[in-house]
Amino acid sequence: MLRWCFYALLVRPLTWIVLGLNVRHRERLPTSGPVILVANHNSHLDTMVLISLFPLRLLPKLRPVAAADYFLKNRFMAWFSMKVIGIIPVARGGAAGDPLEGASDAIARSDMVILFPEGSRGEPEQLTGFKKGVWHLGKRHPGVPIQPVFLHGLGKALPRGEALLVPFFCDVFVGEPMAWMPDRDAFMKELQCRMNALVQDAHFPPWE
Amino acid sequence: MTWSSLPEPLRYAILGVGSILVAASLLVALLTLLKPAKDFSELKLRVRTWWIMSAVFLGALAFNRTGILCFFAFLSFLALKEFLSMIPTRRADRRVLFWAYLAIPVQYLWIGMDWYGMFLVFIPVYMFLFLAMRTVLIQETEGFLKAVGTLHWGLMVSVYALSHGAWLALLKPTNGAHGGGLGLLLMLVFLTQFNDVSQYIWGRTLGRTPALPKVSPKKTMEGLLGGVATTVTLSVLLAPRFTLLTKSESLMAGLIIGFGGFIGDVVISAVKRDLHLKDSGELLPGHGGILDRVDSLFFTTPLFFHFVKYLDRF
Repeated sequence: MLRWCFYALLVRPLTWIVLGLNVRHRERLPTSGPVILVANHNSHLDTMVLISLFPLRLLPKLRPVAAADYFLKNRFMAWFSMKVIGIIPVARGGAAGDPLEGASDAIARSDMVILFPEGSRGEPEQLTGFKKGVWHLGKRHPGVPIQPVFLHGLGKALPRGEALLVPFFCDVFVGEPMAWMPDRDAFMKELQCRMNALVQDAHFPPWE
Repeated sequence: MTWSSLPEPLRYAILGVGSILVAASLLVALLTLLKPAKDFSELKLRVRTWWIMSAVFLGALAFNRTGILCFFAFLSFLALKEFLSMIPTRRADRRVLFWAYLAIPVQYLWIGMDWYGMFLVFIPVYMFLFLAMRTVLIQETEGFLKAVGTLHWGLMVSVYALSHGAWLALLKPTNGAHGGGLGLLLMLVFLTQFNDVSQYIWGRTLGRTPALPKVSPKKTMEGLLGGVATTVTLSVLLAPRFTLLTKSESLMAGLIIGFGGFIGDVVISAVKRDLHLKDSGELLPGHGGILDRVDSLFFTTPLFFHFVKYLDRF
């Protein structure tokens, strides 16, 4: 209920009115799980925008995977991240136990799992190399489609380390779903390629 | 809110625009039937968006003063956001851009307060100086002039020019006569948009001589002159009936709107060409972005406004 209010009454007006989204290939968005949505990561707004792309009835299925060390760092943050944003926490940097357990369970329940394989928000509006967690997750669920989505402009609106949101129109490019591949390096290369191909014809104004 | 409680010019506008849109929809349906081989999806989308835009605009005018101010402020916000999203900006200037957004509520507040002098100078003088000051405090000199110049240009286009439409709507005749600013605003917006469409139609049917081939290859002299003639005719026919303008004043207003609309259109075209963009955005399917639609208004609104003020009857 709290999560519904947060996304319906706060996040949606924010992403659709304060920011404004230009969605390319909206028809490619999946209408049910299980699916692994893979996006580039520049801002806290990335998750908000991705979830706003889907109808509210899918909200219980939409689960962003987020770093436990950041999102669970104190009790309030942990409560807010788990109950309101609805994250699946993942331990970064080789902690004990199975880091992908939560995400894997969610996929088994036909959830739509959102993954940012860059690992952190990094420098705004720059795509860094993908971490291989997505391949390992795919390995456990080889039949589940993996769908790339490219986001542009959110790093301008709210970059890392800034608390002030400045409105910008943002571009969302939805890619075609792809299948998992046993060859890890080939898979990672293919995913990166598809991500880059999504924005090949796009024109972004310079931002230095 | 009942039909008879709506202001008279608005009732005529709803009926007039409604019938034009019904005719346009019928025409598109007829064309699709007669020429099944041709693709009219773009035209269909355009007409559909016209329906929505007209409904939102006329709907907003049915509200009180605050409704009109909020509508124009929101329009300015969308236009400024679109402008700032399409131009190159500097990362260091994020906070400056935030201040530029804050100019929107303040500018419309002056209108709400009826503070004419401040409404006129706030953006061209105070925001001009303030944004330069705020930018210099960041101490990033690389690209400084371009950053402050483009930001202020964007404010002038999307906030200052459009805000004249809100003031126009709230004008009252000084002698207490019947017929205020609402009719003037409706006349301005209707003639500006109709001018766009008729320049396009004249250009498509008779166009031979390119007007400004390097800026906008599809714009022709025939389109321009045919459009201006249509707009002047419509203005002389309609404006004396629905506003306090006389016949000769309506003729002048038609010329201002006809030529001003053309210039606004090509100025925004030049900006987009400079930025290597086709459309300014995607908010209005079939039209492009907000700036693509208000491009002609950004010239005609302040020009028509000051023409009306000059007549000294409001």
